Amino acid sequence: MSDSHSNPGPEQQFHDALSHGQFQIQHCADCDRYVFYPRVQCPHCGGHHLSWVRPAGLGTVYSVTIVRKKPADGGDYNVVLVDLQEGVRLMGRVDGIANEAIRIGMRVHVEVKQEGGKAIVVFVPNAGVIA
Amino acid sequence: MMAELRGKLAIAGVGLAGCGEAPGRTEIEILADASRLAVADAGLTLRDIDGLLTASTTSFMPALSVAEYLGIRPSFSDSNSVGGASFVSHLIPAALALEAGLCNAVLVAYGSNQRTGMGRRNQGKIKAELDPMAYEAPYRPFNPPTSYALAAARHMYQYGTTREQLAEVAVAARRWAQKNPEAFVRDPLTIDDVVNSRMISDPLTVRNCCLVTDGGGAFVLTRADRARALPQPPVFVLGMGAAHWHRQISQMPDLTVSAASESGPKAFAMAGLHPADIDVVELYDAFTINTILFLEDLGFCEKGAGGGFVEDGAIAPGGRLPVNTNGGGLSCVHPGMYGIFTIVEAVRQLRNQAGERQIAGAEVALCHGNGGMLSSQVTAILGTAATV
Repeated sequence: MSDSHSNPGPEQQFHDALSHGQFQIQHCADCDRYVFYPRVQCPHCGGHHLSWVRPAGLGTVYSVTIVRKKPADGGDYNVVLVDLQEGVRLMGRVDGIANEAIRIGMRVHVEVKQEGGKAIVVFVPNAGVIA
Repeated sequence: MMAELRGKLAIAGVGLAGCGEAPGRTEIEILADASRLAVADAGLTLRDIDGLLTASTTSFMPALSVAEYLGIRPSFSDSNSVGGASFVSHLIPAALALEAGLCNAVLVAYGSNQRTGMGRRNQGKIKAELDPMAYEAPYRPFNPPTSYALAAARHMYQYGTTREQLAEVAVAARRWAQKNPEAFVRDPLTIDDVVNSRMISDPLTVRNCCLVTDGGGAFVLTRADRARALPQPPVFVLGMGAAHWHRQISQMPDLTVSAASESGPKAFAMAGLHPADIDVVELYDAFTINTILFLEDLGFCEKGAGGGFVEDGAIAPGGRLPVNTNGGGLSCVHPGMYGIFTIVEAVRQLRNQAGERQIAGAEVALCHGNGGMLSSQVTAILGTAATV
């Protein structure tokens, strides 16, 4: 048995869409669960009927840390894990709020930003969160 | 099947070399020094070694390099790497190979010059090229501290664990190190010192993070009947269990529950023992949160109660449970992959050769290796002849 490999794999497809401002995750038709990071098969059930979907883009901060760097090395920055409403977890960064004000449980939403010529997913606090 | 292996294998020799600083030494030189000492301790020569297990963060084919360097031709070798849990994990294939008759004396060996050798930054850059974590790298996690910090932050949020409780782990390790002349750092350390030291990745300060040292360790495993005829008191393998559920921290299902909650019960089941039967505990403490998570996941306390469990010097000398009696990765030695040092210290304790830090009457020890970002978890339970 062999599979056609004439198309780029899911990793490249993900980055191609992201570079056009579209953040996509995968949905498994076999077990009806969502998948991130992108794969050629579902890590929940082993099925390979994965399709791209655009998530609602809403999530909750699951954990947060502040990496401490000297100002000369670019200064402090935050690293978070966010659980999307679809049930997948991503590493990311929360923008638009002081690092020290980021809380576990905080509601955030996705934005796609261009940074250094590359598109990346970042998170922004939902309206109503006081920065 | 595994229960049938209980007491069938024994550690006959151990060795350490280059722990702390070994300037001008290569990794394989440190590994070979530790190996020579372990083989001699076992009352054997390298000619007797026909099984080899090793792992490395820098070599692509470490078993080949090590066998060539030592001048041995192993009939069984393996260099499975599960990060720092390797070497504890190597007990399992070593035991199976010995029982299957593939070999008769296995050397498990590690060496690293991480402190004084090639710069860690260079290594980090090369690894990022060869083995990128494409979905985490854009956010520049300062790993490994950042991943363990995320686990610590979640544990604090979920269970009310405090920075002072994390600091208790570092202080206990230091107090043990003060009893160990081989430990690299033995200065006094207080909870305030730990809490107020330089922040690396919140909530982990530098004193919540393991040392960066050079060092190597090795042990020799044989079938029990042979070990009984060798000069040192044999240390028998009573239980072993391994598990891994993720590699990157963003893929860990629950940051407060490690796969030690699977490896531990497997090892206890094979040994027919319970946490209350353990006299001395050697855990891979890359960061202070590790000790708390593993005490919970291995069943020494309830999930979430680890912070309270370590308070008031409970795991320090004179406490209710001796943990990391050599000073651990936090204060004794941590050259990149610490797993093998849990075995060496447990063996010394069970042979009654641990000097001022000896746990009186220690019969059963638990060793626990951790690798990656709380990823791979391996538990081994070792015992004296009285426990077999």
